Amino acid sequence: MSEQIKKFMYLNRRAPYGTIYAWESLEVVLIGAAFDQDVSLAFLDDGVYQLVKGQDTAEVDMKNFSPTYQALGDYDVTKLFVEKESLEERGLTLDDLMPLTYEDEDDDWAEKDSIKVVSRAELADIMEEQDVMFSF
Amino acid sequence: MKFAIQVNEGPYQHQATDSAYQFTKAALESGHEVMRVFFYHDGVNNGTKLTTPPQDDRNIVNRWSELAKKYDLDMVVCVAAAQRRGIVDEGEMQRNGKDAENIADNFRISGLGQLVEAGIQSERLVVFGD
Repeated sequence: MSEQIKKFMYLNRRAPYGTIYAWESLEVVLIGAAFDQDVSLAFLDDGVYQLVKGQDTAEVDMKNFSPTYQALGDYDVTKLFVEKESLEERGLTLDDLMPLTYEDEDDDWAEKDSIKVVSRAELADIMEEQDVMFSF
Repeated sequence: MKFAIQVNEGPYQHQATDSAYQFTKAALESGHEVMRVFFYHDGVNNGTKLTTPPQDDRNIVNRWSELAKKYDLDMVVCVAAAQRRGIVDEGEMQRNGKDAENIADNFRISGLGQLVEAGIQSERLVVFGD
């Protein structure tokens, strides 16, 4: 379907509920996975809340779409960068996030963590390497 | 330069859609290629012909339609976002059992794959929104 492989990064900057950006971003990621590009996701600012575990939206009558992040590994979306400073500014740690994993086909299907916490400076360097940035 | 444009915000509510239009127009007038304009989130509301702004204001929807006609511009409205927000063409009307359609001239409704493809095929994807 595609003639070349580009480095695609999806920037997730907003809280999961309150606006539809987070959910509609995830829809692009899922569709985009079919294009076999080199995909990564970044979570920063309030976007880190998208990955917080134990989300319960029953009282606000919104669809809880957080289980969808668990499926990303099956779509070969395995690089999720979470910005360290954004976590810290919100009193969060890696332990507050959903454990997201994938099976590495190049390493005898070993189960590995998809989430990697990186500093703001490291994330800037990773952004610098990208060909296409989708910002949500 | 071969550009692709993504519009993430609705007309009138947010200037992003004006900026996207001005950028697209300037790029085309300067001889650049704009291979696609993709409307996502509330940006799909750029594509309803039912828009009726006051006469002394710009008509954002007609402006897009005219630009597309002049330059044979490919303007795509995301189907998933459009279904949520009631942007409907003939095909969607029939598929979803609606009794009306409202897609403006020179817009077409298609899938998110068109956005990803635009990212792959263009040299620069320019996103307009917050």
